[in-house]
Amino acid sequence: MNESLGYLLCGLALGAMVSGCDRPPPPATTEAAPAATAPVAVAPARFAPPAESDIPENEFGEAVLLGKNIFVNTQQYAKDFVGNGMNCANCHLDNGRKADSAPLWAAYVLYPAYRQKTGQIDTIQSRIQGCFLYSMNGKPPALDSKEMTALVTYHYWLAKGAPTGVKMTGQGYLKVAKPAQKPDVARGRAIYENNCAICHGANGEGIKARGGYAFPPLWGKDSFNWGAGMHRVDTAAGFIQANMPYGLGGTLSDQEAWDVALFMNSHERPQDPRFSGSVAQTRDQHHDENCLYGRTPEELAAALEKQAEAATAAEKIKPAAEQLEGISPAVSH
Amino acid sequence: MRSTTRLILMGTMVMAASIAAAAPPAIVTQGKGAAIACASCHGVDGAGNAQAGFPVLAQLPPAHFAKQIADFKAGTRVNPIMTPIAMAMSAEDIESSARHYAGQARPKAGAAPADPAVIARGKQLAINGAWDRDVPPCFKCHAVDGLGIEPAFPPIAGQHAAYTVSQLQAWKTGARTNDPQTLMKTVAEKLTDDEIHAVADYLATIGTPGEGK
Repeated sequence: MNESLGYLLCGLALGAMVSGCDRPPPPATTEAAPAATAPVAVAPARFAPPAESDIPENEFGEAVLLGKNIFVNTQQYAKDFVGNGMNCANCHLDNGRKADSAPLWAAYVLYPAYRQKTGQIDTIQSRIQGCFLYSMNGKPPALDSKEMTALVTYHYWLAKGAPTGVKMTGQGYLKVAKPAQKPDVARGRAIYENNCAICHGANGEGIKARGGYAFPPLWGKDSFNWGAGMHRVDTAAGFIQANMPYGLGGTLSDQEAWDVALFMNSHERPQDPRFSGSVAQTRDQHHDENCLYGRTPEELAAALEKQAEAATAAEKIKPAAEQLEGISPAVSH
Repeated sequence: MRSTTRLILMGTMVMAASIAAAAPPAIVTQGKGAAIACASCHGVDGAGNAQAGFPVLAQLPPAHFAKQIADFKAGTRVNPIMTPIAMAMSAEDIESSARHYAGQARPKAGAAPADPAVIARGKQLAINGAWDRDVPPCFKCHAVDGLGIEPAFPPIAGQHAAYTVSQLQAWKTGARTNDPQTLMKTVAEKLTDDEIHAVADYLATIGTPGEGK
């Protein structure tokens, strides 16, 4: 009796510790509050893009505004280039302004850059074309099209004052540490039902209101395709943990973020445009252990475990091997 | 000439709509026992009452409507007027009143009593939120026009400001806790009292499409 109570308490304490560790550190305001005079640790100021009210009222401002409109309502303003139900701003929150939601001001200053995914130097224009091909499951607008010019102008304007070639705080999506347990579809499903289904629907189909998607579909024919960055479990886990549900960013643990990302990306979605005619070949050529293209969740989990073991082994040999991470913004596929 | 034709057409449509619409259920117009008629505070048309702070019910998603009554019954939402009424409502009363109000036209947008700067501040929050404080825009979940997204997110456009303020304050202080996944608490507790008033004033000034803004 006492013994089992002991185990229970121990388990609770451990659970609390684990979930505490998984969360981003709280803002450094309450801890050991040393009299209000000397702030001990002030978080580095985040880049602030110009306010929307500062869009100039001239030809340049018109292009900024068109770019913003395309970005927020891609379905309407760039409909010829979109093949699903998504808008750019679905994955780049706050109209491309939000840190840890692949903000445009941080992306703009990192191009041109070599990307493994394309095997070439991508400019911001060709990078945006990639978004249309994969995330929008559409047809990329031409480099000199009105739409592309407007989108690049919007990026450029948001990046006003940002340092060129510098990886800024908040760039891309949050990197969420690999969780303690293998990501699990069944756990992910439960997390989805409790946190996500209210907006994205019981079957990930999104919710339409008066014609268009009010909440985007997460899988199925109207969602991003198998070539989009968000189909990667690690990328999706980072987006979800930092941003989902609205207003509740940072509340899912690392484990929960990976589990629910795995669940989301275990469903069917439009084919990878790079599909060669063979799923296995396309997988081997363009996909790695961070996605479920052409493999079951069990196979992926096994691959992740293997990788974790390898990483642990490598760490024992050479502790700080990971510090050489470059500033390349590009995930591999 | 053209406007006359339009008037006649509109009149015909209105008449056709009222003929087609079923008579309001008894729970709405007459009440039942301890459940006084819904219409005595919310109107048959669900327009509510701005001065008293009785909310607009028109076009509430039936699932949302039914959940509120169920929550009053269960004590997970508390209001001295609504709780006893909800307790006296049968499943059929809930279903018929929910269906009735879901079918009413959203009332015309109200006038803007507030300072234009206050309205502008409220509009900014409703459309763009304040993501630097993790405050999502109202319209992210309540639709770009504030007319709600079925089944869980009710319309907020055209809601009486006094009601919107009272509910945001209730979530902020913890007096109301029946929001799914603490979504509203999360937002409300990050808003200042001035912001709550600004956003409520703005929402009260917008209405259904075609109903002058």
